[in-house]
Amino acid sequence: MREVAVVAFAQTRHTGHDEGLTEPELIAPIIREVKEVSGLSRFGFTCSGSCDYLAGAPFSFVSALDALGAWPPISESHVEMDAAWALYEAWVRLQHGDVDTALVYGFGKSSLGDLREIMTLQLDPYYLAPLGLDQVSSAALQASALGADPAALREIVRRSRADGRANPYALDLPDPGDEEFEVQPLRPSDVAPLTDGAAAVVLAAGDLARELAERPAWIAGIAHRTEPHYLGMRDLARSASAADAARAAGVGKGPVEVAELHTQFSHEELILREALGIPPDAVVNPSGGPLAANPVMATGLIRIGEAARRILDGRAGRVVGHASSGPCLQQNLVTVLEA
Amino acid sequence: MGNRCAVIGVGQTAYRTRRQDVSIAGLVREAALRALEDAGLTFRDIDAVVIGKAPDLFEGVMMPEAYLADALGASGKPMTRVHTAGSVGGSTALVGASLIQGGVHERVLVVAFEKQSESNATWALSTHLPFNASLVVGAGGYFAPHIREYMRRSGAPEHVGTLVAVKDRRNALLNPYAHLRIPGIDRAMVEATPMLWEPIRYLETCPSSDGACAMVLAAEHKVTGTPAWVHGTAMRSEPIFRAGRDTVNPQGGKDCAADVYRQAGVTDPRREIDVAEVYVPFSWYEPMWLENLGFAAEGEGWKVTESGATALDGDIPWNASGGVLSSNPIGASGLIRFAEAALQVRGLAGEHQVDGARRALGHAYGGGAQFFAMWIVGSDRP
Repeated sequence: MREVAVVAFAQTRHTGHDEGLTEPELIAPIIREVKEVSGLSRFGFTCSGSCDYLAGAPFSFVSALDALGAWPPISESHVEMDAAWALYEAWVRLQHGDVDTALVYGFGKSSLGDLREIMTLQLDPYYLAPLGLDQVSSAALQASALGADPAALREIVRRSRADGRANPYALDLPDPGDEEFEVQPLRPSDVAPLTDGAAAVVLAAGDLARELAERPAWIAGIAHRTEPHYLGMRDLARSASAADAARAAGVGKGPVEVAELHTQFSHEELILREALGIPPDAVVNPSGGPLAANPVMATGLIRIGEAARRILDGRAGRVVGHASSGPCLQQNLVTVLEA
Repeated sequence: MGNRCAVIGVGQTAYRTRRQDVSIAGLVREAALRALEDAGLTFRDIDAVVIGKAPDLFEGVMMPEAYLADALGASGKPMTRVHTAGSVGGSTALVGASLIQGGVHERVLVVAFEKQSESNATWALSTHLPFNASLVVGAGGYFAPHIREYMRRSGAPEHVGTLVAVKDRRNALLNPYAHLRIPGIDRAMVEATPMLWEPIRYLETCPSSDGACAMVLAAEHKVTGTPAWVHGTAMRSEPIFRAGRDTVNPQGGKDCAADVYRQAGVTDPRREIDVAEVYVPFSWYEPMWLENLGFAAEGEGWKVTESGATALDGDIPWNASGGVLSSNPIGASGLIRFAEAALQVRGLAGEHQVDGARRALGHAYGGGAQFFAMWIVGSDRP
């Protein structure tokens, strides 16, 4: 495959409330930032990820184009998925060989609606959605199936929030205190917080990447897989699709120093560590991860960006970024980045 | 453009007002199985699935690819959901083709659908982002002023829209999948229907359809049967609120066409392309896109339509299938254009086959005439 690297990454200072910004206002500063960092003003391909249901209106990605400076008209596409899948589409496009750069971005404002209710609308509309099994309840089913140790979950939350407090882009959340169950066995702090935010990445191929960045974060492998939608068809304690994607991306072909995992619930870290084969000594979610900031539709892209950042700034040599979609980790994307 | 890619299977459902005999999953599976059957393959042979549809509000299922993974045999495989407004069907084909052109996969299933009977598309399109007042109702309310501006600029006589409606609806009578099939359709019948959005009459607008379309795309060494080779692919987008943007004859459409023609080696589309499937949801968009896509000089598109050149027996048939005017499962409408272009160059278009078609254009547009997706397919290996 053609060598492709992350050469720039930017994210908003995510908030737990609506700051009154429109989506173009939210993304314009980070688009400017990745343009400045990469030194590029035009890109061979542009791809974004967002979700209409967050804005409660069709075509939420249309107005975002107004933040890009898309004139003259640009070669551009959009996935109604987390922007990590937009990054995948851009990586594929760069494999053609006729363009050398790509801009990828994602954004989401969970503050505008009821995320728990919105996520429930993702289920099979005939047989599952009418049951009212919402996102947190299905996650709790998965945590129960795993038989997760409550102390381990609490430690994941504590560590994530502490790391998040040290990350200027993540939310400032306190150590978990005494909490009632949200849905047993999950407590409110086991659930990723409602967040508004956005992120952008610039990809470049070959020698151009070496020109644009001192230490490009090379995509050594990237793959994604889905699995059956119905929870009863899966072993919820495992993630077969994450394991398949990790194998295809080659996670096990070398050491893993840092892994940024798309854990919207604390117990998912345990499942994903095993599925991806993350060694025990690897640092997981040093950014605080989604439990410290979860701007839906950008959260997965931020995992890749945060992992890449550790290559770009010289702190690590081989890292993993992971993104997920669908109920109970139905769909998983894994990226291996190397110096 | 990367590695060679070809269409080796096409599957369509019947397009109808209501497909109450199938669920959403049943609808997409019907198209997918027909495409696989056409290619002589099964789900097992497919490496990846790309699915596209227009806004999720149309069915009330958020990101439905999660739910549709099982019906499309995607379990254990990569599955991607594309959404680029009305152009999404075309973009879905291009994202699928990209996987092959980039050397990532060998056989890709692309599917697009809409089940409009699950909700009301006009109202789903009439809500806007918070703090924005909605001043138009539906797509017709948005595009009618653009058509009036085209008529003002070009001096086109009022009956040109009627001619397109009659021509496409006659073509639909030759397409067993078409939604609107109106025996005896003529100008008087179109002109007798109510004015919806001046100058668009009821029979000059597209229907709301349930339906799905699918294609199997293959790398060169996996080609079987009669392929339609991809000769060029292009996407263009432009911002909706840019001042000075020409929304009647958009730059994005011109640039997208120029890109796809360059890849396919086309310098004179009217002569070098044998048949075009172009996204015409309102009759007047045929003369407008004839100009935007370089089949006619600016201001001359309506004369090409009026001359009969775009009819099935004309020198450059447009929408031999009956087009979007005859079948409009919105998210699939672009993919149907791309698939019909492929059927034409494979010689498999049935009664609406254009004799000797060897090179065809598939086109889709969306948003405020700001998203464009196009491909050129041919019977010859590029």
